[in-house]
Amino acid sequence: MSKYLLKRLFMSLVTIWAVITITFALMHSVPGDPFRSESKMPPAVYENLLSQYGLDKPVPQQYVIYLGNLLQGDLGASMKSRVETVNDMVERGFPVSAQLGAQALLIAIVFGPALGSLAALYQNKFPDYLSMVIAIIGISVPSFIMGTVLIQFVARNVAYFPIGGWGTWQHTLLPSFALALMPLATMARLMRSSMLEVLNQDYIKTAKSKGIRKSAVILKHAVRNAILPVISILGTTISNLLVGSFVIEKIFGIPGLGRFFVQSISNRDYTLIMGTTIFYAIILVAMLFIVDIAYMLIDPRIKLAKEGR
Amino acid sequence: MKADLDFRPEMFEVADKTDLNVDKIRRPSIKFWPDVWRRLKMNKLAMLGLTLIIAMIVMAFIGVKLSGYTYFEQNLKLRNTHPNMEFWFGTDELGRDMFTRVWYGARYSLAIGVIAAFIDFVIGITYGGIAGISSRRVDAIMMRVAEVIYSIPYLLIVILLSVVLTQEGGGSSMFVLILAMSLTGWVPMAILVRGQVLQLKESEYSLASESLGATKSWILKKHIFPNTLGPILVNVTLTIPRAIFAEATLGFLGLGLQAPMSSLGTLANDGLAGLAVGNAYQIIIPAIFISLIMFSFNVLGDGLRDALDPRLRK
Repeated sequence: MSKYLLKRLFMSLVTIWAVITITFALMHSVPGDPFRSESKMPPAVYENLLSQYGLDKPVPQQYVIYLGNLLQGDLGASMKSRVETVNDMVERGFPVSAQLGAQALLIAIVFGPALGSLAALYQNKFPDYLSMVIAIIGISVPSFIMGTVLIQFVARNVAYFPIGGWGTWQHTLLPSFALALMPLATMARLMRSSMLEVLNQDYIKTAKSKGIRKSAVILKHAVRNAILPVISILGTTISNLLVGSFVIEKIFGIPGLGRFFVQSISNRDYTLIMGTTIFYAIILVAMLFIVDIAYMLIDPRIKLAKEGR
Repeated sequence: MKADLDFRPEMFEVADKTDLNVDKIRRPSIKFWPDVWRRLKMNKLAMLGLTLIIAMIVMAFIGVKLSGYTYFEQNLKLRNTHPNMEFWFGTDELGRDMFTRVWYGARYSLAIGVIAAFIDFVIGITYGGIAGISSRRVDAIMMRVAEVIYSIPYLLIVILLSVVLTQEGGGSSMFVLILAMSLTGWVPMAILVRGQVLQLKESEYSLASESLGATKSWILKKHIFPNTLGPILVNVTLTIPRAIFAEATLGFLGLGLQAPMSSLGTLANDGLAGLAVGNAYQIIIPAIFISLIMFSFNVLGDGLRDALDPRLRK
């Protein structure tokens, strides 16, 4: 167990390092430098700006300095905003994005498997068709379209839901739902097929013939086993939610990290792009790590298989 | 009861051993692909998807010519015209015909999806195949590299690459979008192929072939490759909507094709402005087409998976 844990931890660190290096290399391969375009700048000011951001040093040295700063938790300065650093923006935006993401994940985790289980229990009946329709919509309608549709047809007509912005609980509902739909649909589909498989197993028959209540058979024996594949895709789901939040935050005007990221792209604020990307990568790799460990704890068979390697 | 089980010799007669017709296969044997097609045809949803895909590909070629307007022609007197008999999908805020622009966009979206999926396919089977037949050490290294790339969110890298590869202020070219998507998009295919090769290498028919003296390349060509084709085909079908989705998202974030060219994603992005001033059709129409494309490829991919391997039917 601890050997696998260490190996996994090492791989996570390698991934984070790879992201840092790739992002750094990419951002420094852009021709020119960020201040060249601000023309009519006195040479002295230009020199000062370069040295302030450390751009006058050779690139390998910049890389070492950048890595050192990252190790101390410093994501760097923003090149366009002279007052806020990347850390300030992350501190301001991340709680908002995290709340949005967590709510969406909660909606998906609660309703996805529930819908999938119902579909499997009532195969080829109304709940099955309902969940199939929801799954098809969820998979074919990208979240940015779902968000737009919700604004156009729900927020405009129902006064309870604000059209955009962030603040009260009402503000969070529609964006969370728009973001949750795709993972919800994926989970429902996966849960349905794995539930159908589990319901045919011998231990379900045994449980039934022992006279256990139907609800106990379903909850304790069927759902518990069928939910494992759903847990295994949690990592991918979190990654999708993260990218989905860029778009959702743009549509609903939510002041989260995703919007800073999108803004930094259109402003070509290279240090901010680099800082947010690395921050995202760290969060994501940490999440994948946690999901992997959780999965191992829940399903002892995985643990054995991985130790056997 | 006992009387029923009382068999006597005279109850039996000797079969006519000269009649070879007994063993004859009376119906034509169905080859693998026709059988797949037969099963696929029974799946109504998948056939609907296939029909829609063909219809959209045809329209992407001829749809741009039907209305008589070009995708870049601006008519400022006819700005934001709602859909009517003259402009079937209305006009955008510069008075350009939306019908032509939507089909033009669909052409680019489909082309980007198909080309990106094809490149992923080529790189993926090469990398995965090499990893699968190499020694354990090489395989382990290749897979660790793939895993590291895989755990970086796909779209994050695509966004970064298209930022780096495009000039400030301008949109991307189709080449840049495809390049950005293929640089990381091949990993799932490689992982799939490698897993398949490893599994099939251990299969009994490979062993049988090997013990009959077949060479490695023969086994690869005759046994392993044909058997991985099914899962690969399914994966390709499901890679196309992923690439189209990625392109639409990029377009929506303002990193799409350079105007006046358009993809469905950039059209939706342009239409977002129209939403606030009551021109919802400008975003709804491209949105419907993006969803239709995603829907069609997804149900076709699912249908293919079921048709190729009925055991997997869920």
